[in-house]
Amino acid sequence: MKEKGWKEIPIGGLILEPGNAEKYLTGSWRTFRPVVNKEKCTSCLLCWIYCPDDSIIVEDEQMKGFRYEHCKGCGICKNVCPFKAIEMVEESKYQQIEK
Amino acid sequence: MATIEAMTGDEVAAEAMRQINPDVVAAYPITPQTEVVQNFSQSVANGRVKTEMIRVESEHSAMSACVGASAAGVRAMTATCANGLALMWEIVYIAASYRLPIVMAVANRALSGPINIHCDHSDSMGARDSGWIQLYSENCQEVYDNLIQAVKIAEDKSVLLPVMVCFDGFIISHATERVEILDDEKVKNFIGEFKPQYPLLDLNNPVTYGPLDLFDYYFEHKRQQVEAMENAISVIEKVGKEYEKISGRKYELVEKYNLEASDMVIIAAGSTAGTIKATIDELKEKGINVGLLKIRTFRPFPHVQIRDALKDKLCVAVMDRSASFGARGGPIFLEIRSTLYEEKKKPVVVNYIYGLGGRETTVEHIKKVVDNLSKIKKTGKVDRLIDYLGVRE
Repeated sequence: MKEKGWKEIPIGGLILEPGNAEKYLTGSWRTFRPVVNKEKCTSCLLCWIYCPDDSIIVEDEQMKGFRYEHCKGCGICKNVCPFKAIEMVEESKYQQIEK
Repeated sequence: MATIEAMTGDEVAAEAMRQINPDVVAAYPITPQTEVVQNFSQSVANGRVKTEMIRVESEHSAMSACVGASAAGVRAMTATCANGLALMWEIVYIAASYRLPIVMAVANRALSGPINIHCDHSDSMGARDSGWIQLYSENCQEVYDNLIQAVKIAEDKSVLLPVMVCFDGFIISHATERVEILDDEKVKNFIGEFKPQYPLLDLNNPVTYGPLDLFDYYFEHKRQQVEAMENAISVIEKVGKEYEKISGRKYELVEKYNLEASDMVIIAAGSTAGTIKATIDELKEKGINVGLLKIRTFRPFPHVQIRDALKDKLCVAVMDRSASFGARGGPIFLEIRSTLYEEKKKPVVVNYIYGLGGRETTVEHIKKVVDNLSKIKKTGKVDRLIDYLGVRE
C-alpha cells in the first residue's frame, strides 16, 4: 500500500473508514507461524472465536487455515486449541524453505 | 446593550462560560482557579445553563472527560492552573493531537515546589509545546473577551485546536475590576452552534479516535498540527475583528502601546503589561518615551507581526514570568531573539526574568528596566543579557 502524505490523510489520526485495518498488513510482525494439523483438528472453531486479528479462515463451518498476511503469530489459537492441533513454528524455517 | 459589572477574573471567566453555555464542563478546583469552577457550578445548580457538569476526582480526569465529550461531538470546557495543569499533562497533549476544540481557562500559578499558590507563567509556559493555542490576558476584561473568542478560534475548521486562555493568578483572578458584559444573545450568536467535524456519536458515519499511530503516519499527523497552528494566526486576527464589531474592543495577535513614539521597547504578557502601560504614561510626562509590545498570542507565535513591530527599534527588554532552567533566557526571550535572527539590522534584546512565585512587580521595577534600556541605547553596552528583576542577591 502506498503511504500517503500529510495533506491526504484525516486529521488527528482519525480513522473515517470502518474496518480498514484489513488493508494494513501485519504478517511481517510474526516470529512464530501457526500451523494446523488437519488430522487432529475437529473444526470446533475455538481458535476462530479467540483470534484477535480475524486470521482464522473458515469455510462451510470448517477451519481451513490462517490469513498469514494479518496473523501476528501471537499463539493464542495454539493455547486455546483443545486438541493440540496447532503448532507454532519458527518463521525463519519457512523463510529458508521459501528462498 | 452591554452591562457594566464589578467582577474578579475568576468570576468573569465563569460568567463567560455561562454565556458560552458549553455542553460539558469537567473541572477540578485548584487555587487560584477555584472560583471559576465554584461560580460556574452555581450557574449549573441554578439552571442557568444546560451544561452537564462532571465533578471529577482529578485534573487528569477533567481533561480526559473533556476529550471524551469533545470527541463525542459537543462543546467542552474546563479550567485549571499550576499543579492541576501538570496533572493533566498527558491528556493535554492528547486533546491537541486529536484536534479537539476544547477551551480551558488557566489562572497562571507557580508550579511546585516549593509549594506556592501565587502567579507566574511556569505552568502554561511549560505547556507551550503541547499543541494548544495560548492567549494571555492583561486584565479581567480580556479574560472575558479572550474566552469568548477562544471558542470561535478553536472550532474554526482550518484550526481545530484546543485553546488555553491564560490570566495571572490572584493578580487578575482575585482582583475586582470594571468589566463590560455582552448580552447573552450576542455571545450566543457570535460563537454560533457547535458543528463537530467527526463526532463519535454519529452512528451513520462511524469514526475511530486514538488508534495506534507508528513510524509510518505519526509524523504526518504532527505536520498537520504544525499547519493548523499556522492557520490559527489569520483565524485569531479574523475572530478579533469580528469581536470588535460586537464589543467595540480591538483584539490583535499583539498589542502596541506607545510603540511608534520610541525606539526602546518592553515586551511582556499578562497583567504586567498593565503595569508597564502605567509606567509608560508616567515617564512620558517626564519626557521619557518607551513602547510596549504586549504578547496576547504566544502560541501560535506571531513572529511576522513581532518582526514588523520591532523594525527600526534600538533596544528591547523581554519580560519573562517563568524561567527555562538551563536555557539561555526565558521562553518569550528565546522566541523574540529567534524571530530577529534573519534581520540585518536588529535591536539589542535583553531578558528580565521577573515575578516568580507571585513576587510583586511594580512601576519602580519597570522604571529600572527603562533606565537600563536608556543606558544600553546610550552606550551600546549590555551588562547583563539575562537579569532577574526583584530577586535578592
